[in-house]
This record gives sequence, structure tokens and C-alpha cells, in this order.
Amino acid sequence: MAERLIGRNYTPPDLVAKVTGRARYAEDFRADGMLFTKLLLSPMPHARVRRIDASAALAMPGVKAVLTADDLPDLGGGERALTNEPVYAGEPILAVAAVDELTAAEAIERIEVDLEPLPFVTDPLDSLRPGGPNARLEGNAWGAPLPGGQGPGAPAPLVTLKWTPQDFAEADMGRLPMGKPLEEWAYGDLDGGFAGAALVLDETFVVQSTCHHPMETRSAMAYWQNGKLFIHASTQSVAQTRGNIARWVGMSPSDVMLICEYTGGGFGSKGGGAVSSVIPAFLSRKANAPVMMRITREEESYIGRARTNMTGRARIGFAKDGRITALDLYIVQDCGAYGPLGDHRSAGLAASLIYQPPAMRWRAVNVITNTPPRSQQRSPGPMQANGIIEPVITKAARQLGVDQVQIRRMNSPEGKAAFGPAAGPGGQRAHVTSAFIKQALDRGAAQFDWEARKARAGQRQGSKIRGVGVAVGPHGAGSIGFDSIMTIRPDGRLYVQSGVGNLGTHSVIDLARVAADVLDMPWDKVEVIWGDTGKHLPWTCMSVGSQTTHAMTRANHAGAMDTRRKLQEIAARDLGGSPDDYDIGGERVYRRGAPGRGLSYAQAARRAIELGGKYDGHAVPEDINPMTKESAASLVGLGLMGIAKDNYPRDGVTYSFVVGFAEVEVDIETGKTTLIDYLGVGDVGTVINPRSLLAQIKGGSCLGIAHALFQKAVVDPRYGVTLGDRFHYSKPLSILDVPASMKADALDIADPETPVGARGVGEPPVGAGYGAVLNAIADAVGEDVFRRAPVTADIVLTSLENGRRMHDPLRAHV
Amino acid sequence: MSYSRRNFIKGVIAGGAVATSAGYLFRGSGPLFGQTSAPGSVERLVTLNVNGQTRRVDVLKQETLAMTLRYKLGLTGTKLGCDRAECGACTVLVDDVPRYSCSVLTHTVRGGRIVTIEGLARANGALHPVQQAVVDEQGFQCAFCLPGFVMAAVGFLKTNATPTREQLAHGISGNLCRCQDYDKILTSLMRGAEYLRRSTT
Repeated sequence: MAERLIGRNYTPPDLVAKVTGRARYAEDFRADGMLFTKLLLSPMPHARVRRIDASAALAMPGVKAVLTADDLPDLGGGERALTNEPVYAGEPILAVAAVDELTAAEAIERIEVDLEPLPFVTDPLDSLRPGGPNARLEGNAWGAPLPGGQGPGAPAPLVTLKWTPQDFAEADMGRLPMGKPLEEWAYGDLDGGFAGAALVLDETFVVQSTCHHPMETRSAMAYWQNGKLFIHASTQSVAQTRGNIARWVGMSPSDVMLICEYTGGGFGSKGGGAVSSVIPAFLSRKANAPVMMRITREEESYIGRARTNMTGRARIGFAKDGRITALDLYIVQDCGAYGPLGDHRSAGLAASLIYQPPAMRWRAVNVITNTPPRSQQRSPGPMQANGIIEPVITKAARQLGVDQVQIRRMNSPEGKAAFGPAAGPGGQRAHVTSAFIKQALDRGAAQFDWEARKARAGQRQGSKIRGVGVAVGPHGAGSIGFDSIMTIRPDGRLYVQSGVGNLGTHSVIDLARVAADVLDMPWDKVEVIWGDTGKHLPWTCMSVGSQTTHAMTRANHAGAMDTRRKLQEIAARDLGGSPDDYDIGGERVYRRGAPGRGLSYAQAARRAIELGGKYDGHAVPEDINPMTKESAASLVGLGLMGIAKDNYPRDGVTYSFVVGFAEVEVDIETGKTTLIDYLGVGDVGTVINPRSLLAQIKGGSCLGIAHALFQKAVVDPRYGVTLGDRFHYSKPLSILDVPASMKADALDIADPETPVGARGVGEPPVGAGYGAVLNAIADAVGEDVFRRAPVTADIVLTSLENGRRMHDPLRAHV
Repeated sequence: MSYSRRNFIKGVIAGGAVATSAGYLFRGSGPLFGQTSAPGSVERLVTLNVNGQTRRVDVLKQETLAMTLRYKLGLTGTKLGCDRAECGACTVLVDDVPRYSCSVLTHTVRGGRIVTIEGLARANGALHPVQQAVVDEQGFQCAFCLPGFVMAAVGFLKTNATPTREQLAHGISGNLCRCQDYDKILTSLMRGAEYLRRSTT
């Protein structure tokens, strides 16, 4: 028997290329005659292009082409790579290709663009005020999703929504106005829940927007050969990006050759690629030469996507023992200039799930503003819910005299817990596949030595006070129904095609370890093929939203089971008996009870090629995706092909959870908060790759910690320009902002609704880190000191100095 | 000594060290920027010592070392994360000192010993102890920041071969990782320090 691979650390096959500098990211490719691009970005937050005069630029030696929005296909009103109506400052209007970057930059300077300024708005509440400006000519908010639409980015109509002056009556007191919502749901007896509550709290909280800022910007290089587009672009999801690029360019997906073996981070900002990546493709066609587009860090601050900010108001009823009796949640989401995004919906569902209120109402408006475009950012929605609700839970626990861990434990979901509205076809509520949060809280509290830390919290040592906090970060953690392709070839090796993007989470490789385990294949005989749509990849989930490990371990389990069955059938055909008489092991398929009677995998692969039909990929299942069929057609005859769609049943919606524990020290003379210690405990199903998993918990928690302490986007409301650009001003976490050692653990309890037991992990730690640190600060200096994040030193200091909260509790992007 | 464009290109070719990507960013636009080589101007054909090799390369006076490495010498292991000395992804060693190559003008390091991520492993392919440690501990996720971190660590370890975790964290604190895999990065680089001590004793 080969050693079982699942649950063991290993060295990913791409690591040596990474440490030697041989790993090539998009900007590392070169081609003969390659031109360079510079973009002309809108200086205004909202304007209409009246006239472009590029004649002086085109007359310059070395300038090869100018590209404007008129050269791009219409995308049904959706965001395009270039625009004639910029809706945020920094939106690309045109692009130049020239022999070198300096010439391209000089050409940009010589282009005259006549812009007609249009009304703009940067704060969602300003847009909702009577007579407030609309961010787009068509409206200022996304309505409810169109019929049949579902999922976070479901299509929705643009509408105009203005609230009344009465709606804003409480705004001056820092309470979120709650005018007419555009979306809402409710379940349970909300009024009864509040009537029976021993304590009702009503708090408003501002969750900030932050730019994703992956280390690698969205640079791209493209060229055309024989009608095919070759594009080196940075994406999280190789298989799923090809179709997007084809759509953005207006061509057939089968003519797009997307190469992306290494992605320098995405965090949701490159989920299905970047729309800007087609600029070099168009310029290359125009100039008849390869084109490189290097995106600067400053440009990334504008076009690189950002998290939706939310201003949320939570009214929560608590019984005397801390149990939640009712939750009334109102969210104003700022969707930026495009969208729609559904973080606000995910936030509502997550709140219903992790706090398990017996009665809940969720209302929301999804406003657009003239600020940089949003996309899902690591834990899109649930993390914001943690920010809005956690401080309220903390305050209630303190007022009721209930332990912070206990109040979360008693309100946490268990098993196949129900959540959300009664929206199922039979009027039933959705439920999760499994949840073991109580075990995670118990294990974490013990490992973190919660009681001892709690005992010393709140005591002042010089100018410093410590505080402890805990929070549960949830997130959807797996989709279903994707495909896998693998071949055992006559060299006796297993080749697994992986359409997952290589973000460094190693799920791109981990999925092959599942297949290897099913086939009892030693790891050194497994080759993983990824990162290039010319390499015949299967239909694969988007590498976003903690989906991949769940979705693709299922698909590859199915493909490996198909491979195994074909091995048994070939053996039975050649050696007699029925397929079920045969077992596998030691890279052989053999007669049970007569191990000598069998075929090596290499022999079986040769026989599969001779037999043809379904054995070598000539015949493939009906239910697989057309992309998988196309890939299979290119791999046909290479060996024994395992190919299948994930048709495994699943009862429930897959969610993962991470519990975060934080201890902070707040210096009340400087306002500075220092993170002393952190532990994250994952309830994320079976552990596939322990080292990567714990790194995900720690790294994801760090993103939440940064949101609690420093990171933010800043937009000038007067001129509508982004001020918090680049790294220096957006303040991402550095190595000195976290303890020299962070701790993480995972329960390793299998999810019962997936054959491998694994759920995703990327997102849930973000809300755990965010909530735990916010709660720890509240524990140290009181939960009324702040009603927004990040809780920067000035917020702490001014509030403590004045004995009351001093910051504007409603203003966004400050 | 002055060069006409024709002469220095001949010189580069004679130098025998022209990478195929030479001149991508800056070719063809000399007159536009007033950078024809007037007598007394900064010499454009410079000699660099990169990863133990002598490289002759044509550079503009405002050209950064990161651009020269990436676009003229084919050394794309050095990454550009911000181009403004914020993130450290472009860190290389110049005379054993970690420097942000995005903020070093190439002509200022003539005569300096430049080492990039490509120059760490031995000619036989044996990894540098710090590289080996990163492989063994699976440091880094997307790894775009890896070359900068590793070069910063290799440079720092020349000044302190036995750092604590806190000291090494300070030593590499000029580098950002957006996967925020800091804990594992530090673990792998601490292992690198250990391997390095073992290899030199």
C-alpha cells in the first residue's frame, strides 16, 4: 500500500521554481518585438468623454496604436476595460502601445481628452439623501436580483432610491437611517423576540472598504498567432477565466490560450481574471505585435478592486442568560461604481447562521458610488457581518455578565443547523452540511488559556491595558458539480489535469493527492498539469470563496473512482471474472485472493489505448461540461482516462468556520493597539494539507486583523479621488504587526456530505481575526470607544480623552 | 568618452553579453527625451557584476536596477511589487547589502557585486541553504514576494547569523506579503539561518 497522502504535509512541485526565481508570472514573459502600454486614467470621478484627439501622440515616432472604448465590444452595460463614461477617478479611458514605456507615457501626455464633468457621490448615504447625487446616469442603487437570478453577483436592475428627510432624523445621533429597503427577508416572530428580551441593544457600525492589493498587480501580456489569442494574465481561476476573456474580446473561447501557471495573489480581485487584461490583446491586434501592459501599484489602487464597505445597524434582543431572541439587521452596502455585488446578502445569511437568532429580519440597500470598483474580497459579506454584529454581542455579554466565549457558544449553530429565510421551494429554510463550532470554541478556549488571559484583562499596567476577544468567522465553503480528467499512461504514471489557479494555497495540487489516494498511487508517480488552457483542463470551479478544496476534491474523487472502475473492467476483460473480483494496490489491478493475477497500471494503460472507447477517452460521459469534452478530445488515446462529473449527493449548504482568539494591549496614552497573541481554530472538515491549511487560517486571520487595526481605503468626498492609494497609505499588515509566533489548529472532523470530508478554508479566518481583535480592543477600553473599523490610534485616543465617541459614526471612506 | 547610438550598440554586441530582451523598455526613444549621449553625460554602456558574471548593458541615466535586471538581463526573478520602495519584492544584494532595486539607479552600482534570487543556488543546481529551508518548510504561498524576502534574509543573516524570531522579523520587515503568511515565512527563514550556520561550520 502506498502511504495515504491526505492529511500529510508534502513539498508542492512548484516550490523549487519559486525559490530560484524561475517561476514566471504574467510580467515575466517576453516576446520578440514586444510593445509596451500606458493607460490614460480619468482624473474625474464621473464624466463623459466628449472628444479625444490622439493625433499628436500617433505622430510620435515609436507610437504604434491608440485604443479607446470605441474599439471594444459592448458588454451589455457591464464594466469594460476602457470607457467613455468614467464612473470613478482612475478608470481607464484609453491605452497607448509604443516601442517602450517612456514613449507610451509621453504619448499619453500628448493626448487631449475633453471631459464633461457629471454629478458624483462617494458616500452611499449622501446618495440616498433627498436630492442626493446619483453615481451613474441610470440610477444610484442596485435593486433586488432579477427573477431566476441567484448567487452573489446575480444580475439586478439599476434604480434610483432617495429616502425622506424624516428617514435621516436620527443620522446626527450616529444611528444609521433606515429608509425604504430594496431587499429584505424575515423569519420567526421578531416583535415577540424583542418583547421577551431582557436586553435590547441597537448599534450602528461602519465596516471599511479596502483595496485587495495582491503583490502581483494585474499586468498582462498578449499576442496573436494564426487567429488565436495567447494571453499571459494573472488569474485565480484558469479554467473559468478563458471564457471571460473570450467574452471581453468577443471571440470563441477555444481560440483563447490563457497561460497563468503562477498567480501573485488575488484574494477575490482576480476571481475570473481581470477585465483590464484584454487591453494588450486589443492593442496587439491593432499594432500587429506582442503587447505588455504593466500595471503600477498606484493603478492597482484604482482598478485593482476593493471590498464593499457596509454601514450596518443591528438591533439585537438577548435573554438574561445571553441567548439571542431576535436580530434586526439593516445594511447599506457601497458597491462602488459597478456591480452588483451580493456581499450584503451573504452577510445577512452568515449572521443568521452563526448567531442562530430564532427570529430575524434582514433589510438592505445596495448603493453605487463613484469610488473604485468592488469585487468579492476574501470573506465577502460574512466578514462585514462579523464587524457589524460582534461589538454588539460583546457589549451584551458584558452587560449581562456572561463570558464572551460562552455567549458565542450558546448561540452557535450545531450539526445541520438551519439559517436564513424560509425561501426553499417548499417554504423550508436552508441548512448547513455540518457545523462543529462548539468543539472549536472549547478547544480554542483551552489552548488559548482563555480563563487565565481573561482574568488579567482590563488591568492597567502603566499606560497599557490588555483585552481578550473571540469571534466565529463563517463562510460558504464549497460548490459542487465540476469535472475532472486524469490519465494513467503507459509510463505507469498518473497525470491529473487541474484547472484551478495557482494562488499558493496548493489546492491546485492537493486535488491530485485525493486521486492518488483512491488509486493507491505513490506521490512520485503523479504529475499535475495546470496553468495553461492549452494543456486541456477540465471544467473547474472558480478559485474563490473557499470553494476549491471542496469542489475539486469531490470531482477528482469521482474521476479517480472512474479510473479505478476502468482498471477493474480491463482486468476482468483480459483475465476473466467480473470487475468486482478485482482490487487495486501497488500500482496494479489484481484478482482478489490471487495477487499474482493482474495487470500493472502501465499494462492497463496500454490495454486501454488498444480498447479505445470509454477506456482511453474516445467516449466520454454525457453529463460533463463542453470544456471538459474539448479537453478530453485532445487527451484521447494517451492512456486510461478517468473522467467524471461530481454527481455525489449533498444534503445542505457547505459552510466552514474558524474561531479566532485574540489578546491585545492598548496604550491609552498613545492609542496604539498591539496584538499580543492570536489563535485560530478551524472547523473546516477533513484536513487535506495540514501546513497549507494552518497557513490559510493564520494568513486569513491576518487580513481580518489588519482590517481591525489599520487597513482602509480613503476617498476625498470633495474631489472624489482615492487618497489611500498604494501600500503606504492603505496600510496593509507588516510582519512587525503580528506576534513573532501565531497559533492555529483544526478540528479535522470530516464533513458528512462530501466523499473526502474536506471543506474550504480561505475565507472564514478573515471574519474571525477581524471580530476577535475588535472584541479584544472593546474588552480593553470599552465597546463604546469605536463604532467603525479600523480602530486606529486616533479613534481610541480622542474617544478616551473626551470620554465619549468622537468620530463620525456614519461617514464612509475616512 | 562619448557614444553615438550606433557605437554603443556595437559596443554592447562586442561585449557579448546582450540578453535577447535588451532594450525593450527604452529602445528607439533617445532623441525624444534628450538622451542622446552628449559629451560629458553619464556613460550609458555600463559594466555590472551580476550573480558573479560580468554583464555589459546599455542603460539610461534614470533607469533603475530592477528594470535593468528584469528587462535587459532577463533576470525576472526579481519582482516589481510597487516600484516605490514600499514592498521589498525587488530586493537584491548589492555588495552583500539588501537594496530595493526599484529605487537604485543602475549606473550607481557599477563595480558593485549584485546578487539576485537567480544567483543564490550553486552552478550545479544545489540550492542555497535559505532556499532549501523555504522548500523544506514550504514557506510562502503565492510567492511573488518570495525573492525579495529571501534576498533580504540572506543579507540580514550576513550581519546576524543567530537571530531570534523577533530579530529576524525586524531584519525582513521591509518586505510585505499580502498572503500574510508571515508566520510560516519566519519559520522557514529561521530554518534557513540554521541551515546556513550548519553549512558554514
